[in-house]
Amino acid sequence: MASTTSHAPDAGWRKHLPVLNALLRYGILIIIGFLMLYPLFWMIGGSFKNNHEIFSSIGFIPKEPTLDGVINGWKTSTEYTFATYLINTFKIVIPKVIVTVISSVIVAYGFARFAIPGRKYLFALLMATVLLPKSVLLIPQYLMFREFGWLDTYLPLYIPQAFAVEGFFVFMIIQFMRSLPLEMEEAAVMDGCNSFQVLTLIVAPVILPAIIAVALFQFMWSMNDFLQPLIYLSSVEKYPVALALKMSIDVTEATSWNEILAMSTIAIAPSLILFFAAQKYFVDGITSGAVKG
Amino acid sequence: MYNNKLIGSMYVTPFIIGFLLFTAFPFIASFVLSLTDARLQDQLGAANFTGLANYGEMAGDATFQKSLGVTFFYVFVTVPLKLAFALLIAVILNFKLRGIGFFRTAFYLPSILGGSVAIAVVWRFVFAGDGLINQAFGVLGFGGINWLGEPDTAMFSIVLLRLWQFGSAMVVFLAGLKAIPEDLYEAADIDGASRFKQFWMITLPLLTPVLFFNFIMQIVQAFQEFNGPYIITAGGPLKSSYLLPLMIYEEAFKYFNLGYSSALSWVLFVIIAIFTAVAFWSQKHWVFYAQERDDNKGGH
Repeated sequence: MASTTSHAPDAGWRKHLPVLNALLRYGILIIIGFLMLYPLFWMIGGSFKNNHEIFSSIGFIPKEPTLDGVINGWKTSTEYTFATYLINTFKIVIPKVIVTVISSVIVAYGFARFAIPGRKYLFALLMATVLLPKSVLLIPQYLMFREFGWLDTYLPLYIPQAFAVEGFFVFMIIQFMRSLPLEMEEAAVMDGCNSFQVLTLIVAPVILPAIIAVALFQFMWSMNDFLQPLIYLSSVEKYPVALALKMSIDVTEATSWNEILAMSTIAIAPSLILFFAAQKYFVDGITSGAVKG
Repeated sequence: MYNNKLIGSMYVTPFIIGFLLFTAFPFIASFVLSLTDARLQDQLGAANFTGLANYGEMAGDATFQKSLGVTFFYVFVTVPLKLAFALLIAVILNFKLRGIGFFRTAFYLPSILGGSVAIAVVWRFVFAGDGLINQAFGVLGFGGINWLGEPDTAMFSIVLLRLWQFGSAMVVFLAGLKAIPEDLYEAADIDGASRFKQFWMITLPLLTPVLFFNFIMQIVQAFQEFNGPYIITAGGPLKSSYLLPLMIYEEAFKYFNLGYSSALSWVLFVIIAIFTAVAFWSQKHWVFYAQERDDNKGGH
């Protein structure tokens, strides 16, 4: 690149360098983007192919589209339809998102605004929970929930979240609150609001983008959660999608790829739709914790 | 009002209760369990105190040593590659080109979906003997590779799945790049510094706080990889992808050895703790915080 030649013929293509540069960048981006998204296209396309075609062609558009995979996938190889597993998933995810948001906002408000004794140390503990590997807590938590009689219920999957155990979310909201000016809250106090009214009437509406980001991340992560349901749930009728899918590949993997691909497509559809509807909040959310001016 | 310590403490009480009950107590309990021969099917009262026997057992456990080895291999390959790739794409995306938003979305999407069982299942098919990659190889005239059936290549499928999720690190890098003041580059241009030199002398130093954040998050995440080996490779073949979190799970819930499993989880915890402690300790030597400079840009 640092060529020292300055002969006349060179000047010709040098003029076009910015254009070539842009083409190169687009070229790289398009190739990588295509390769990255191809498995997703292939999954969606495969849901509408027959099994023979999945094995015989790498194209993602079905040549002889069929709904067999979707229909059989929806029926599943179990006694329940996929609808049961989707509903079960939402029975876990929705309460989990709600209690996560409420508890994280309350605790973040305390950390961001109040002079609390030992705040520095509490905050350090909060951040330490982010770095602590979950597997070190797994067995005692299991034994504890067994004592509570909570095995094979959804309670172990979301009750802890009601106590702001996900430090990452609390941190995200703290960061957002700290970037807000105090005047509005001070004025509300002058007008006779107590702190809870300030939080719900003044602060909560303003930090809505952070609340949405927390809700979205918790939704996605909970949809993907596998290890916790695997440990706590034993009856098939209570399985979320993640467990049902794992069970299906154990049963039908060798034969019916289109069924499994269709089930996978349906399984990620809620996350996919939500992602495209609200992608701005994801990017804002994940960067708010990492980059501080 | 915000000076009222009592009200403030009330707001953080849920965290204190949750921390004690669901984090601190299990954390200590798992260490206590690691000193016993507790079994999953027995009452805890039946367990015997065995001192450090579980930790001693690891010294003679070939499976554990294999697992530890592949775990380090996995982390040391995945994390640097993922960070380098995320940074490279972020730098390309940071130039003012049309349609960047589209690419950013496309590259970010896998990091949201990739943790799911559904994608892990698709990955199994992509790497299967008659799967997508071998079909593509066939079209290109290469022979197929038994990706998931060979100890040398099974781990590769998991590494590639996690590299595929570089998007979350990328958007963090991208936000860091956007925060670098334009005038620094203009000044460097005037001084005649090449683009390459500008990257090393300006971009990278100013990006170190973000690099530090990404490094910590990726290390912590990589050491906890479970879905990949459980669903894609089942830890095999020949334990070649038997990552430590999978071994911890199987020891507890397949072989019912709660004591040994707890000891393994403490080993994993200590490893992660050492990595994060070294990273935090070393940051004063290589992480460059903007506060040290006078021209603080003051929030975003």
